[in-house]
Amino acid sequence: MSELRLTVNGGEHVLDAPVGTSLAHVLREELGLTGTKIACNEGHCGACTVQIDGVPRLSCITLAHTVEGEVTTIEGLREHPLVDAFVRADAVQCGYCTPGQVVSAAALVAANPEPTREEIRHAMAGNICRCGTYPKIEEAILSWQG
Amino acid sequence: MLLREVEYAKPGSIAEALELLASNDGARALAGGQTLINVMKARAASPDMLVDLNGLEELRGIELAGDGTLTIGAMTTYTELMGSAEAKARPILGEVCATIADVQVRNRGTIGGNVCSNDPTNHLPPLMVAVGARMTIAGAAGEREVPAEEFFLGVYLTAAGPGELLTRIAVPAGKKDGFAAVTLGADGTCICNAAASVNGSVRVALGCVDAVPVLVAADSPDGVADAVRAANLMPPSDVHASSDYRTHLAAVLATRAAQEAAAR
Ligand SMILES: Cc1cc2nc3c(=O)[nH]c(=O)nc-3n(C[C@H](O)[C@H](O)[C@H](O)COP(=O)(O)OP(=O)(O)OC[C@H]3O[C@@H](n4cnc5c(N)ncnc54)[C@H](O)[C@@H]3O)c2cc1C
Ligand code: FES
Ligand code: FES
Repeated sequence: MSELRLTVNGGEHVLDAPVGTSLAHVLREELGLTGTKIACNEGHCGACTVQIDGVPRLSCITLAHTVEGEVTTIEGLREHPLVDAFVRADAVQCGYCTPGQVVSAAALVAANPEPTREEIRHAMAGNICRCGTYPKIEEAILSWQG
Repeated sequence: MLLREVEYAKPGSIAEALELLASNDGARALAGGQTLINVMKARAASPDMLVDLNGLEELRGIELAGDGTLTIGAMTTYTELMGSAEAKARPILGEVCATIADVQVRNRGTIGGNVCSNDPTNHLPPLMVAVGARMTIAGAAGEREVPAEEFFLGVYLTAAGPGELLTRIAVPAGKKDGFAAVTLGADGTCICNAAASVNGSVRVALGCVDAVPVLVAADSPDGVADAVRAANLMPPSDVHASSDYRTHLAAVLATRAAQEAAAR
């Protein structure tokens, strides 16, 4: 076991965990932040996307002990207008990919508040939706400012 | 899923990193982890110690010299390379990095990790060979420079051996480059790829057809397809493409890359 210090959604945590534990596992199992999903667990699908210092990263292939910056999960984005935009556009079917979609989209609109469809497709390519809600996800992001 | 527990060290200097790697047989460098963590999860590798290179400022940064040579630190991420004003001196570098996987992987994956993992389907090994990059390797005996053609030795095997680190990559000046690939999905894994550079003659490096990039040369883009056929490639067959189909793609993509390069 080895000490692990993490800042998540503004809160500081000091934990003990073996090196080799993924950030996704720590968020879900140690901190109870189950909004972050694990699907493929090998970097392909984007369900586990979190932001580290505002930059989207895959928490399933990030070792918790290597994290230095501030982690933002979907729980930290509760008040983000994108959440309402996803609901308005009905951009959810089973919902399993949705937290990762919102986390990626939040980083996109922070850098580029009025992305084009092309830019959205490029920026969101790492978030797979098995239910195929892509057109509605695009609609949600295009209309995120209301 | 948990990995087997490993030791973890985050050295503050290259010297310290080299010492950790040299004094522990089971130690392995950790760059972006976008390949290594998956390999460890699959138990295809189980190092006893991870030597995290993320604290080494010496391995970061992109410099443009007066003669147009770019020197790129091994720990430079694809996203950093794409955004770098200096790296625009050789535009193909940022263009190819922008097609690797997705935003999340590009934010984390490094140019050094891409070439050191030498997965035959990776984008950068053929590109480095085509542009004539030179790799600097640091080890106990000091530094040495290896041309990209001699850097890639086999699947997952490079000239940066145990106890050594790739520290930087030097790319000479040039603009007439091209890259073509057939991928799984828009920015997906390559089924076959080709990087070309025109400097008088045409130099094309093919990926996915052998354990290491295959270099072919021709006098003009029109001669590239014949040069590829003359190389008698014997690419592997897999679920995505038969050996015959890959051989066909190699000639087509080499021509496309060479035409793109010549047209610039
Ligand atoms: C979903 C997904 C899709 C991908 N698709 C593609 C793709 O289409 N094309 C592509 O090219 N790549 C692809 N990749 C791989 C990605 O580009 C990796 O980032 C890259 O292969 C490895 O870089 P890294 O920095 O993550 O290295 P790591 O995973 O940290 O390391 C890889 C290996 O290189 C060694 N190493 C790293 N740096 C050094 C150094 N400086 N000196 C010596 N040894 C070193 C490590 O010890 C390890 O053995 C994909 C990855 C994922 C997760
Ligand atoms: S669970 Fe991390 S990318 Fe799929
Ligand atoms: S809503 Fe089901 S996977 Fe996206």
